[in-house]
Amino acid sequence: MNGAAPRSSARDEAAAGEGRGVLALRLPPSRLALLGGVYSNHIALAGAIADARRRGAQALFCLGDLGAFGPHPALVFPILRENGVVTLAGNYDDSLARGLDDCRCGYTDPRDNHFARLSYRYTFERTPAEEKRWLGALPRQVRIETGGRRLLLCHGSPRRMNEFLWESATPDAFLEKLFREHDCDALAVTHTGIKWRRELPGGLFVNVGVLGRPENDGTPRVWYTILDVHPDGSIEPTFVPVEYDHAALAREMRAEGLPDEFVETIETGWWTTCLEVLPSKERMRAKW
Amino acid sequence: MTVIPETDTTDAGAGPPRADPPLVGIEDLDELWFQVSGTLCNLACSHCFISCHPGNRAFGFLGLGDVKRRLEEARRLGVKEYYFTGGEPFLNREMVPILEETLRHGPASVLTNGTVFRDATAADLARIAKESRYSLEVRVSIDGYDASMNDPLRGDGTWEAAMRGVEVLVSHGLLPIVTIVQTWPDEETLRVLDRFRDTLRLRGYARPRIKVLPTLRIGMEASRTRGYLPHERVTPEMLEGYDAGQLLCSHSRIVTDRGVAVCPILIEAPGAHLGLGLEEALRPFAITHAACTTCYQHGAICTNLGAGGAGRDR
Ligand code: SF4
Ligand code: SF4
Repeated sequence: MNGAAPRSSARDEAAAGEGRGVLALRLPPSRLALLGGVYSNHIALAGAIADARRRGAQALFCLGDLGAFGPHPALVFPILRENGVVTLAGNYDDSLARGLDDCRCGYTDPRDNHFARLSYRYTFERTPAEEKRWLGALPRQVRIETGGRRLLLCHGSPRRMNEFLWESATPDAFLEKLFREHDCDALAVTHTGIKWRRELPGGLFVNVGVLGRPENDGTPRVWYTILDVHPDGSIEPTFVPVEYDHAALAREMRAEGLPDEFVETIETGWWTTCLEVLPSKERMRAKW
Repeated sequence: MTVIPETDTTDAGAGPPRADPPLVGIEDLDELWFQVSGTLCNLACSHCFISCHPGNRAFGFLGLGDVKRRLEEARRLGVKEYYFTGGEPFLNREMVPILEETLRHGPASVLTNGTVFRDATAADLARIAKESRYSLEVRVSIDGYDASMNDPLRGDGTWEAAMRGVEVLVSHGLLPIVTIVQTWPDEETLRVLDRFRDTLRLRGYARPRIKVLPTLRIGMEASRTRGYLPHERVTPEMLEGYDAGQLLCSHSRIVTDRGVAVCPILIEAPGAHLGLGLEEALRPFAITHAACTTCYQHGAICTNLGAGGAGRDR
C-alpha cells in the first residue's frame, strides 16, 4: 500500500484531542458481558446488568454512546459506575465531552438530521458538567488479552469511532484487514445498533447490539452480548435479549417532550428515523 | 497503457502547476469504482459531469474478466465497497454477471439512469441481490419530482422512462435509491423531498429512498451554468486543518479500460490516471482540478452515504 503514510492502530488513538487512548487489560479466560449503545435507556441498562450478573459474567464492558434518544441522560452514569462497568467512548460521548454542536452519528438525510439535532440538544443540556468531564476521560478502545487471544473493543471500528459496519456491507476481506492492521483476533463494536457476528480465519467479529432502542425487528426487546472466553482460546458469543419495562421508558420520554417518532420506536420495535443509513438488506427487513 | 489526450475540453483542467501542490494521500482503498460502460450512454444530460452521450466511446466497456481480476486485487487490499458507473452501466450486456460476481466479494452499488431496464433485468437483479449476503444498491438518477423539472436536464421523456424503471425494480422487491441533483435553493430541500416521496409512493414505491447530490460544474455542466472561475481552486493552505478524509480520492480509485484513475469525476482530466495496477495507483494526488473545489465543499458526494462523508469521523 501507500508507503508514505504510517499505518498503525494508533491512528484513531492519536487523533488530536479525541478520547484518552487505549485501556489495556489482561484477564483470565472468563465470561464477559458486552453492552452496546445505551442511548439514555437507564431501565434497559439496569436490566441488562442484573441479567449479566445472574448469568455469571465476571467483567462488564460498555462500548459507548451513553446518551441520545432516551430521557434523563444523567441517570445512566451512576448505574455504570456503581456496577463497575468498564466504559469506552462512542461518538456521542466524545461530542458531548468536547462540547461539539452535533453528535456525528453520520446521518445525511435532512429529516434524520432534524431529529438527531433535537435529541443532541436535549441530551447536551441535561448532562451535568462533571459527567461530561467523565466522558472526556473515557478510553477510546479497550484491549484485552485473555485465553491467548487479543480482544479489541471499540465503538464503531478500530479506524473511526463513527464508522458504520453493517452486516450486509462489510466484506470478509475488509474484516481480515482490520484484524491484521489493528493487532486483534476478536473485535467487538456497537455503533450501527443491529447485532451480528462473523467468524473468519483471522478472527471473530461481533456487533454486540444496543440497549438503547430495539433493533428494527418489530419487538420492543433490546440486546447485549455474553462473550465466553474458554481456556483453550476459543471465544463464543451469545446474543442475549433484554425484556424491560419499555412502557415506563415511553412514558418518561413523552413527559420529557421527546419526539413521538422516538417513542414509537421504543413501543413498536420499528425504527422511524435514521433509516437512510441502512443498506438495502437491512432496510428490506424494516417496516418503514 | 493508452495515452490520455492532453486536450482539455471540459474546463476540468488542473490549473497552473504549483511548487507546493495540495496533495491528498490514500491510506485505505475503501471503495473501488468501475467505469463499466465507459463513456457510452443512451442519454446526453446537460449536467453530465463526464460528457457521456450515445456516441462517446472515449472510454470502453469493462468485461466480466476485467472485473474478476480487479476483484482479486481488491480483496488483497481489503476493499469495503464496489461501485459501478458509466455512462449507462446497463448498456453493458455483462452487467448482471458482473454484479453477481462482485456480490460474492462485498456490497455493490450500480448507478443507472433507469431508462433501459427490461423486466427480465430487474428480475435478475432481485435474484442476485437475494442470493448474496451483501447488499446490492441500485441508484437511479432522476432530477425532479416531475417531467418539467427533470426533462430539461436529462432529455424529453426521460422522467417517465426512469419512473417506469423504478416501478419495475420495486415490483421485483428491490429498494432503489433515487438520486436527485440539487437545482433548488437549500431552504426548499424538505419541500422538494416531500413532494418527490409522495410522487414515488403514488407510483407504487411505498418506502422511497432518495439522496440529494450537489451539481458538479464540469463536463457538459460547464456550459449549462458556468465553469469554475480560475480562482476557485483548492490551495495547500485550504488543506490545513481540513479533514481530507471527506474527499473521495482519499479512500477510492476507479478502474477504467485504460487503467486506474484517481476518482470517477476526473477520468477525462489530464494527469488523473495513476497506473495499471490498483496498488500502483495508491499514491497521493494533487487536487488542483476545478471539480476538486466542489468535493472540498461537499465531501464524498458519490458514495451512498452521501454528502459530508457520512460514516467518517469529522
Ligand atoms: S448524467 Fe448519467 S444518464 Fe446522463 S448522460 Fe451522463 S452518464 Fe448518461
Ligand atoms: S474531484 Fe474530488 S475526488 Fe476527484 S481528485 Fe478532486 S477532490 Fe479528489
